[in-house]
Amino acid sequence: MSENKKDERKDEVTPAQEEQQYSLNDDRRVKVLTPGAMVAKRFFRNRLAMVGLVMLVAMFLFSFVGGWISPYDENEQFYTYEYQTKQYAGVVQNDDFRYAVADDQEFGTTVQAYFLLGYNSTSGAEDFTFDYKDVTYDAVCEGEDFFSVYSDGTLLAMAYKDIINEESGSLSFNVKYAAMLAYVNGETSFEADGATYTMDEDGNIGQDGTVIAYISRFVVTATENGVTLTRAFKEELQECIENDEEEFVFTDADGETYTYEVSYAAFTNSWNVNQETETYVYDAYSYPSTSHWLGTDRNGMDMLTRLMYGGRVSLVIGFIVVLIAGVLGIILGGVSGYFGGWVDNLIMRIVDVFYCIPSTPLMIILGAAMDAMNVDPQIRMLFLMLLLGFLSWPSIARMVRGQILSLREQEFMMATEACGIRTSRRIFRHLIPNVMPQLIVSCTMMLGSTIITEATLSFLGLGVKFPFASWGNIINDVNSTYVMTNYWFIWIPAGICLLITVLGFNFVGDGLRDAFDPKMKR
Amino acid sequence: MQQSMTKYVIKRILLSVVILILVAFIIYVLMRCLPTSYVESMAQQRATAPGSKSYEEWLEQLNAQYGLDKGIIPGFLSWCANALQGEFGDSWKFTVPVTEKFAEVIGVSVVMAGISFVLELVIAIPLGVIAAVRQYSRTDYAITTIALIGMSLPTFFFAALLKLVFSVNLGWFDLTGLVGRDYAQLDAWGQFWDMAHHLVLPIATLVIISIGSLMRYTRTNMLEVLNADYIRTARAKGLSEGTVIFKHAFRNTLIPLVTIIGGSLPGLFSGALITETLFSIPGIGYTSYQAMVAGDIPFSMFYMCFLAVLTLACNLLTDIVYGLVDPRVRVAA
Repeated sequence: MSENKKDERKDEVTPAQEEQQYSLNDDRRVKVLTPGAMVAKRFFRNRLAMVGLVMLVAMFLFSFVGGWISPYDENEQFYTYEYQTKQYAGVVQNDDFRYAVADDQEFGTTVQAYFLLGYNSTSGAEDFTFDYKDVTYDAVCEGEDFFSVYSDGTLLAMAYKDIINEESGSLSFNVKYAAMLAYVNGETSFEADGATYTMDEDGNIGQDGTVIAYISRFVVTATENGVTLTRAFKEELQECIENDEEEFVFTDADGETYTYEVSYAAFTNSWNVNQETETYVYDAYSYPSTSHWLGTDRNGMDMLTRLMYGGRVSLVIGFIVVLIAGVLGIILGGVSGYFGGWVDNLIMRIVDVFYCIPSTPLMIILGAAMDAMNVDPQIRMLFLMLLLGFLSWPSIARMVRGQILSLREQEFMMATEACGIRTSRRIFRHLIPNVMPQLIVSCTMMLGSTIITEATLSFLGLGVKFPFASWGNIINDVNSTYVMTNYWFIWIPAGICLLITVLGFNFVGDGLRDAFDPKMKR
Repeated sequence: MQQSMTKYVIKRILLSVVILILVAFIIYVLMRCLPTSYVESMAQQRATAPGSKSYEEWLEQLNAQYGLDKGIIPGFLSWCANALQGEFGDSWKFTVPVTEKFAEVIGVSVVMAGISFVLELVIAIPLGVIAAVRQYSRTDYAITTIALIGMSLPTFFFAALLKLVFSVNLGWFDLTGLVGRDYAQLDAWGQFWDMAHHLVLPIATLVIISIGSLMRYTRTNMLEVLNADYIRTARAKGLSEGTVIFKHAFRNTLIPLVTIIGGSLPGLFSGALITETLFSIPGIGYTSYQAMVAGDIPFSMFYMCFLAVLTLACNLLTDIVYGLVDPRVRVAA
């Protein structure tokens, strides 16, 4: 209260006297405070308001200076090498009989089935006979899993499990049959169709020094189309599988070495050969590290930098919206309050109508419509600001009108009228300054709520859109439960930024309200 | 005096009707200005359904159904005429009459809003009174800070935090939805508890987000009353502090409190759009969110007008309650 008294005394002193006083005894000069200084003093004494101010300054620096300092760009994407194991080839050990039919003979699938039935009723490696349609077939066991099927002494077909892989062209039945016989009997050469072939213990069939086919029980197929597996690859792989190794190293003809993982799948009785391939991908959702303090987001962009730019967007949108709402509110509220009468009535009814329009649903509908029309993100942002501003002026207009109505009745306004001061001067010099305190408080609080509204809309995917960052659309990722659970660094920092900023505005607004209140004693 | 009150109320109601018509008109114009491709794509979609009419027929029917084939003014008038008879058309998204869907989902919203409203009152008012009585104490700072944090928390962020802590980490609640997987197998009590269980997190979100403003309002009003002359008189009489606060101060604080509480009663029907959406609670908020995002014009139109009616009802009720609880206003009127 003491400051108040000093203040009043100062007002009574004319400038001339004041100067005289100062010059007479400087050191006894009474320290006086202008109303503005008093407000400032009260404000700075309010601990919560100071905390809010610090929070706001920090967030402003973070958003506006941070973007400069950050070594990365808003939309800079980072890449990483990711090792992916892709299936390269599959190996199946043949467990089924395969049949080769002799030239000009018939050995249909039904007969094959009867052969199998007959085979299954024996202990395995022994001769047996089976009947089908009054014909008796004799199956002669030539070796392990290798049968010749005769009927009335004619060779009809052979049934075998080892597979003859031909290098090129196709071998005739006679060659195959002879080769199989040689293979199971361990012979090193055989003759068929008038030609001589060699056979080694690995099952390679040679003719004139070149290998034309080989016998093996494994079927190796490449997983991807267009990949041809070389003979050497298949053989080495087979060896590897026979030795029960889990890793397969292969050096191709060019001398390059590849490593494959071999795993046995008991269910399908096959081996999977997986190759680790290096893929160059977006470094999405990487955990915080020294190069990315808050990790990276879904698109492989630095989270901290996105937060800084997001802060810019959120704050700038907040300020522009409040500016639009403030200007509209002051003008319309001022006109309404000052002139009264039918103008007042008209403007207040407009305010009523605007008050009644549900703003969130409206924004959602317009956002969805803009989604449908594929509006450019930049234009969208502009629309967002205009709309939010246009929807929020009525509360300011109401407040300004109320203030002006009560001020108009006060003595000092009557005095200005009596003095014959111009209307414009009366409004701008005497009325507006008195409305300012309330206006500043309202605008500060409104900044906070606008930022929340914008964030909510962006969160729902209807406000600020990618590629622009905003705190709301950063948190949007939380819609996926997986991200929410596993990548806290994606959404918690953005939420904290929002909370700090809005809380800062609310603290400061609250502090300002208390500071502007002349009834306050502190 | 009673007469003047009635006259005032009637005047207000008439004004509200005018405002409502204007608001409905603005919303209608906005809806009509939306790209017509909405209806077209809707017609296309429906035409592809097996055994459906052709695209042109659907387009024609849809346009006729919503008065889109007429100009804006005649279209609006026909919408009004239908609305007055309680006909709001069929929802595009839910393919049932709008009012039917509304009746189906409003219950959950009201229950949710009602419970959180009561909790809010029970928590906010005592805390606000305590903060005012111990102004500038540590308690006051703590309460003010909590209130402001609650006001500053974005709903979606807070809801996500709650989900992370209580659903994911502790596993106490389901992440979303109103009923659990085995709801159909439960008996009546079990079903009730299942629903109650699923409503805990949404209600907690609603309460904490909205508790701040009521707390601050109580504090401000209580402070104003505590500074009044009659409180000084009561203290001077030597009344105990408890009597001063609860008999003299708090009762007077009730005037503004009852006013805003009365005024916010219609708001209980509006549904919590964001919270319901976040928790996938099938209330009016979530339902209309789905409808709005899908471009379901009849449902959106209905919901927005419904909200406008609620806002008007809130304002009207505030004024009436104010007149009822504060005799000074009645004298002035």
